[in-house]
Amino acid sequence: MIEISHLTKRFDNFTAVDDLSFNVAEGEVLGFLGPNGAGKSTTMKVITGFLAPTAGSVKVDGHDISVDPIAVKSLIGYLPEGAPSYSDMTVLQFLEFIADVRGFSGQEKQRRIDKVVAEVELGSVIHKTIDTLSKGFKRRVGLAQAIIHDPKVLILDEPTDGLDPNQKHHVRQLIRNLAKDKIVVISTHILEEVSAVCSRAIIIAAGRIVADGTPKALEARSRYHGAVSLRLASDFDLQAALASVAEVASIEQNADDPRRFVVFPQPGNQVFSRVLDLSQAGQWPVTEFHLVEGLLEDYFRSVTQGNAAKGVSGTPVGQQAGVTA
Amino acid sequence: MKTMGIIFRRELASYFATPLAYVFMVIFLVMSGIFTFDLGAFYLRGQADLVPFFNFHPWLYLFMIPAIAMSLWADERKTGTIELLMTLPVKLSDAVLGKFLAAWVLTGVALLLTFPIWITVNYLGEPDNGVIVAGYLGSWLMAGGFLAIGSCMSALTRNSVIAFILTVAICFVFVACGSEIVLNAFTWAPQVMVDAIAALSFLTHFDSISKGVLDVRDILFFVIFIGSWLLASAIVIEIKKAN
Repeated sequence: MIEISHLTKRFDNFTAVDDLSFNVAEGEVLGFLGPNGAGKSTTMKVITGFLAPTAGSVKVDGHDISVDPIAVKSLIGYLPEGAPSYSDMTVLQFLEFIADVRGFSGQEKQRRIDKVVAEVELGSVIHKTIDTLSKGFKRRVGLAQAIIHDPKVLILDEPTDGLDPNQKHHVRQLIRNLAKDKIVVISTHILEEVSAVCSRAIIIAAGRIVADGTPKALEARSRYHGAVSLRLASDFDLQAALASVAEVASIEQNADDPRRFVVFPQPGNQVFSRVLDLSQAGQWPVTEFHLVEGLLEDYFRSVTQGNAAKGVSGTPVGQQAGVTA
Repeated sequence: MKTMGIIFRRELASYFATPLAYVFMVIFLVMSGIFTFDLGAFYLRGQADLVPFFNFHPWLYLFMIPAIAMSLWADERKTGTIELLMTLPVKLSDAVLGKFLAAWVLTGVALLLTFPIWITVNYLGEPDNGVIVAGYLGSWLMAGGFLAIGSCMSALTRNSVIAFILTVAICFVFVACGSEIVLNAFTWAPQVMVDAIAALSFLTHFDSISKGVLDVRDILFFVIFIGSWLLASAIVIEIKKAN
């Protein structure tokens, strides 16, 4: 259990984290989202005991980070941003150093090193100096040191940054496997990652929480939630054809593709079946017809910039239930 | 205590994993040879002692030790590993001491490798080996003083070149304030002040130790000096680690 209450962190006269309060329970994978400079990394640095809070408290499993930092640090596995490691050491030497500091010795130390090396697939580079490794391997070395002591709390600052799609997939798989009885907090810019691995997402902007919920719930708050995306084969007055439907809030034409439209429902209403019925009854020249489930990206922009980005640019990239007519 | 040992071993191994330790030791040996035999007129003096060898140590250390000390903390901050180290269950004091001791042992090894000069002087004459042992001890303590200053300066900046220059400058003050030139410039000042300035100098304390006078006060000076600068290092790291 991580309990964060009224956490504030100020640097000189800049407030990076502003009165943040939330709890994370066992088994949760918390995605920490926010634009650059929103205070994600700063919050993580306070939780892990690297920075002292200006005000407020952080408790991990009942231990206060300001009172008993060593106890908290023993419980946490942390991958700092950029996965720093001692580049003049070999992967094995580095992991041995971490295992030593974590208090393992003899057979137990060997067993743990073997286990993480297998888990993050470092076998092929175990005797290479970290300096010579590719970015993907360096990131995996960083992950290995974070999980070597099987921590109750795993805090990963942009764990998949700079990895190729296969490696990203692999790391997400790993996080999902690790998550069962742990608390995992990951920060990321990649919103699809949140939908893929997180059971809960917190969006922060300017050091404050602006949204907190499951990724699905946050998607549902997007104005795209329940919208219908359709593409017409020829010119057709969609505005007039939908004028009678009260649930339709607005219709937006795509700037790049003038035959593509998004029909937005009034909040809390469904328009999919009405629009579908009308299009079939009215013989509209429809070539594509999708239900948009809501876009985390759109919601993210709307809460972190204050207002939703106007205009539909290209096909929405969110999850879509497609019906092709 | 245990974690200090782990950090100490890691640091020492990393000196020897890169050419740094070897370059340092070779240059140290070559320089101390030049100073002793050429500038120090080791043979011409016709005396069986190591005074010309030890006399140049403060000046040799002035450039050699900052080169070792400059990366102690500056590199940790530059590469971000300080965040890794400070979020492991490690006490700051263990990290500061472990790193310092590793660098101090490296200078100790370099110092021990000058043993041929001790053999030479024993072959040529009959020196007082007690004085020589005291000289080595004093020299090593003085190296610790230089290193402790370097540790603090290295914690101040993430740029190791700046750390080097700052360390040289401050070490120079602590060496030079005991020299005749500086002390003569203070003839107008009351004797107490001149004594106080001289008492802060490495030269004053090192000279008496290397003459074989093992005064507790001289040893205590270096121990307290090292302790204070290491404490300052820890405070600086705590304040500056976030930047």
